[in-house]
Amino acid sequence: MLSRMHILICGGKDCLSSHSKELRDEFHLVLSELNLLDEVRLVMAGCFGLCSQGPIVVMTPGETFYSHVTVADIREICEEHVVKGNIVERLLIKEPIDKAKIKNYSQLKFYDRQRRIALRNCGQINPTDINEYIARDGYLALGKVLSTMSPAEVVAEMKKSGLRGRGGAGFSTGQKWEFAAKSVDDVKYVICNADEGDPGAFMDRSVLEGDPHSVLEAMAICGYGIGSHQGYIYVRAEYPIAVERLNNAIKQARELRLLGKNIFSSGFAFDIELRLGAGAFVCGEETALMASIEGNRGMPRLKPPFPAVKGLWGHPTNVNNVETFANVPAIFLKGADWFKAIGTEKSSGTKVFALGGKIANTGLVEIPMGTTLREVIFDIGGGIPNHRKFKAVQTGGPSGGCITEAALDTPIDFDSLVAMGSMMGSGGMIVMDEDNCMVDVARFYLDFTVDESCGKCTPCREGTRRMLDILNKICAGNGTLEDLDLLESIANMVKDSSLCALGQSAPNPVLSTLTHFRDEYIAHVVDKVCPAGVCSNLTNYTITDKCIGCTKCAKNCPVSAISGTVKQQHVIDLSKCIRCGACKKACPVNAISSKPLPKEENK
Amino acid sequence: MTLESMIQKYPASPEYLVEALRDYQMAKNDHSVTESEIVKIAKYFNVTESKVCSVVSFYSFLSEKPKGRYVIRICRDVPCFVNKSESILKTLETRLGIKPGETTPDGLFTLEYTGCLGQCDHAPAFRINDMTYVDLTPDKVKAILSEYREEKS
Repeated sequence: MLSRMHILICGGKDCLSSHSKELRDEFHLVLSELNLLDEVRLVMAGCFGLCSQGPIVVMTPGETFYSHVTVADIREICEEHVVKGNIVERLLIKEPIDKAKIKNYSQLKFYDRQRRIALRNCGQINPTDINEYIARDGYLALGKVLSTMSPAEVVAEMKKSGLRGRGGAGFSTGQKWEFAAKSVDDVKYVICNADEGDPGAFMDRSVLEGDPHSVLEAMAICGYGIGSHQGYIYVRAEYPIAVERLNNAIKQARELRLLGKNIFSSGFAFDIELRLGAGAFVCGEETALMASIEGNRGMPRLKPPFPAVKGLWGHPTNVNNVETFANVPAIFLKGADWFKAIGTEKSSGTKVFALGGKIANTGLVEIPMGTTLREVIFDIGGGIPNHRKFKAVQTGGPSGGCITEAALDTPIDFDSLVAMGSMMGSGGMIVMDEDNCMVDVARFYLDFTVDESCGKCTPCREGTRRMLDILNKICAGNGTLEDLDLLESIANMVKDSSLCALGQSAPNPVLSTLTHFRDEYIAHVVDKVCPAGVCSNLTNYTITDKCIGCTKCAKNCPVSAISGTVKQQHVIDLSKCIRCGACKKACPVNAISSKPLPKEENK
Repeated sequence: MTLESMIQKYPASPEYLVEALRDYQMAKNDHSVTESEIVKIAKYFNVTESKVCSVVSFYSFLSEKPKGRYVIRICRDVPCFVNKSESILKTLETRLGIKPGETTPDGLFTLEYTGCLGQCDHAPAFRINDMTYVDLTPDKVKAILSEYREEKS
């Protein structure tokens, strides 16, 4: 039945955790009271990407965008907007900087600069209903491919589009398909790598939760192109909602015979099974992933042979990640030339970035390749909150590096990021301000790699641990200048001699901070101060006379180190203080200062 | 649910070993497999016992060591870290009286680290069994813990 109005409630994980289900129930209640349930359709949509403003409700037509909606607002929205057609001004989303209220969400700077291909359906459709995907030309690309193209034409079209893998190294997707297509074997496999583990990246989760069918459709197209009849999606167990939506999507696609035997009466058969990980970051590496699907320890092996020659159970296998696949149906629907025209010469199309850290608009953004970092961080991301100063942006997660202010105007693509000592990785973008200590950040990433190193090859297993020891020593205030040289030489050794990409890229955070923020390292080892006031052995927290005695710091202190009476200046007991910074975060008047220890106290 | 009825949902092929183990552990109150269970699982999937052990020891969601009824997995990746996950960890440690890797004496809670939960825009975050909690503050953590304690009593 046709409805005169759709109310889209963000059903993304983040909005779900800010109670979007309760919003739906309240909408349902009020609309039924008003007798409007036949006219108005409630949709739990996928993530809109602007998670810092959640829960989000979008009213169509008109695309009115309400942010921070609570259960108490629902009646007003129904009575004013739905019944009378009046926009509820006070709930309209605001621009983060000039606080201008935006009526239509395409006016919002956050969306204005974006171009959504991989995320085209996220937030637009109900991901649990295959008909909504079909209504937006879903499975049309698969139909076109099966009825009008030969497998060789499919591979050629993919090569022509210039799509490069969105999961890490940026290898040409078309070439991968070509290798797999050329391998001769009756049994071949298509794998979707949904083991998104890079800290700070969650675009794959959003696609799987918001538009699962786009991945299924793309895998079937790939299967036809390379001559495979069986696909696997390897999802990490940390994403329970994605697993649930994928299972549902596979079931629906099978029911409509878009998966299974004789798809579109073409004689082509393709089916997909889910495989769940069990908490191992290294399984995102394709050879480790295949070992895990086979039921083994997920450890990488040497390449060659590449998976396209010898992959899952020894058969030719093509592995692409979620975002890569999400681009595929759009490419076949609109043509490789259309896709090639977007982005830069060597990196066509768009890339999804997950903005996080010290930035006003956290969330997902999809931009054409070639957009500058400045546009992403300041125009789309809304800049750095709390009047702090931008210091660096970390791209590519634990495999990437830090990029400084000086490089902000470089257009982003696969090659420019590598040239800056970082990498695209899966697209995490973590913004740091002057309160972040770069030595500490490097130590942090290394701590992660040490934990996640599978232990198979020595450079990665031992080298990363030695590097972490040195960084711990520096952060504790015991480092020397010689340590910096040793750190750099171990880092280069690990980079050159590790077996898989995890180890080869693990030193990047260290090397890039050593290059761009050597002065901070030197401050730690020579002057014995942490300029950002982060490294606890080199920092003290004190409460200044700005304190209004609100007691928030004392309440938030996990070790009860803060004492004082209401409306009086509070005091931190430094012998109990663990320097976690919770008080500073809780203070409403910025009365807590974290200053480096005076030099003499260190001696 | 018995071990037998649980694993028989899976075909007796080694490729289902990881998933069967994970599912079985999730269903158990102590989130672990015992030696005798490993023997049975190895037999069912027609692999060696050492193979099962090697898989269990590799993945962080699998364990031979009994855990608490509620396993708290705190994310300490960078986005959570820059949003002060350290203070969340300290609150958990103080409230529960345990460090990561340990279980409370009453067997109610186990504290562990986890890889990124993908909640980076709502950091800091942790998981308790299958539930994810985001935008955590020390106050929120205290409230969540009492909720779980009440549920038990």
